[in-house]
Amino acid sequence: MSIDKDTAARVAKLARIKVEEDALPALAQEFNNILGFIEQLNEVDVEGVEPMTSVTPQKLKRRVDEISDGDQQDKVLANAPDAREGFFAVPKVVE
Amino acid sequence: MTDLNKLTLADARDKLRAKEVTSVELTEACLSAAEASSALNAYVHNTPEIALEQAKAADARLAEGDAPAMCGLPIGVKDLFCTKGVPSQAASSILEGFTPEYESTVTQNLFDAGSVMLGKLNMDEFAMGSSNETSCYGNAVNPWRRSGDETNLTPGGSSGGSASAVAADICLAATGTDTGGSIRQPAAFTGIVGIKPTYGRCSRWGVVAFASSLDQAGPMTKSVRDAAIMLEAMAGHDPKDSTSADLAVPNFEAMLTGDIKGKKIGIPKEYRLDGMPDEIAKLWDDGIAMLKAAGAEIVDISLPHTQYALPAYYVIAPAEASSNLARYDGVRYGHRATLAQGDGINEMYEKTRAEGFGAEVQRRVMVGTYVLSAGFYDAYYNRARRVRALIKKDFDDAFAAGIDAILTPATPSAAFGLGDMKDADPVKMYLNDVFTVTLNLAGLPGIAVPTGVSSEGLPLGLQLIGRPWEEGDLLNTAYALENAAGFVAKPNQWW
Repeated sequence: MSIDKDTAARVAKLARIKVEEDALPALAQEFNNILGFIEQLNEVDVEGVEPMTSVTPQKLKRRVDEISDGDQQDKVLANAPDAREGFFAVPKVVE
Repeated sequence: MTDLNKLTLADARDKLRAKEVTSVELTEACLSAAEASSALNAYVHNTPEIALEQAKAADARLAEGDAPAMCGLPIGVKDLFCTKGVPSQAASSILEGFTPEYESTVTQNLFDAGSVMLGKLNMDEFAMGSSNETSCYGNAVNPWRRSGDETNLTPGGSSGGSASAVAADICLAATGTDTGGSIRQPAAFTGIVGIKPTYGRCSRWGVVAFASSLDQAGPMTKSVRDAAIMLEAMAGHDPKDSTSADLAVPNFEAMLTGDIKGKKIGIPKEYRLDGMPDEIAKLWDDGIAMLKAAGAEIVDISLPHTQYALPAYYVIAPAEASSNLARYDGVRYGHRATLAQGDGINEMYEKTRAEGFGAEVQRRVMVGTYVLSAGFYDAYYNRARRVRALIKKDFDDAFAAGIDAILTPATPSAAFGLGDMKDADPVKMYLNDVFTVTLNLAGLPGIAVPTGVSSEGLPLGLQLIGRPWEEGDLLNTAYALENAAGFVAKPNQWW
């Protein structure tokens, strides 16, 4: 399994990280090194083994289905890079 | 009285209760020591006003005879913990300017127990690193140096600032977090004690998430007793973290008897790596001899899937990180890139994340994105989760056979020079966690204890691994090891 420049570009796009064209070959090479290291996992016989979902055999607790929080618009927006009239502001999304 | 900053938590607590010192005096001693420590770059946000206010409140409580476990004790807090009104950046530029409107459960627990916060401590960006070199604040520096050599060394990572601060006596203790070894490796590199508790023992609420199924908070301290005191204060069930265990937290300090007669200590043969440096092998053998002399029974064991722990970790941790870090989008908090005319929301995301995340974080997010992408999910992610189940089973089998604790080295070497790994393959840096990462995958508690000094005069540590939820027994074994090793060396103050 080898990752080429185009795959690296596709992964960067999926991760929403801008990578300049000239940085792609080095990135692809780094991916290949890391994935080469991960390939060792193919040596393990995992037949009949369930993928782990929880490291401790605990049941997730359920909470009561009722409102326990709210009315904190100011606090929610306090750290936003751009907040206006009680909303997060972003560039135009729909034409 | 001078040098109050050099006290352990236990000694400082006893002096506070005996009215020999006040919390304000202790806090001022730490604050002046911290001020003189800028060469270590351990503190990244100082909070002297908060510290003195908390110290005064603690003194008032002590005067009234209401002295909870950590009352009046000054500590440092890793930058990964959200602290209300105090910058909490996870050492990342993408969280520049973020000041939480809430307090993490662990820091709240520590404050409820009377702790005093001196400031926020340096770390690797989003806790991704083993040398504190990926921080947006620059490197934290190890107070230890090789004998006759002025090279600056790494304090380890990701909790490098915490390790440096505790070793340099610029706080009495500090919080750390551990996803693959980030408490235990830096503790070993700086000659201090660090425990990662069982997954679920400490609430993750308000701790900036890296890999949610692996992350655990824990104390980094000057002694095993201090680790017992502080872990008890940090731990406990929290309805705000659904994976937090609803189990009573024992009085860990009361379990430190030092008696380990008849305990079965497992020595896993797979941890004796090819090419292990002689001094690490000797350190391990010495530790085995110490536990044996203390009355423990030494048992050779096998943990057959050990070698697959690191590759499994480097699938699972980046996969979870790529999901967790999706929230840094330039909308809700932190940095947003300046946009060009006509840029839409996708350009905003992509530019913001390219500017805000450092190279290692970008690399891991993208590796995680790849292993989770259509067509590779089964081959990488599901396979890694299956291998993880086998790694856990190795430990389950050992404990089922009657093993009480497992002894291994904490790190494959002593602290290395800052910059030494600059041109190395990232995979080489990942090998730092070879002895520690297995526990995160299995959810087990582990503690690093300093037990020796390298030929170059640097501290070396051993790791003890315990049964799930039995941190008390683990701490007691660590206490016996600490007593036998008698490690008292301190770094010479050059900073």
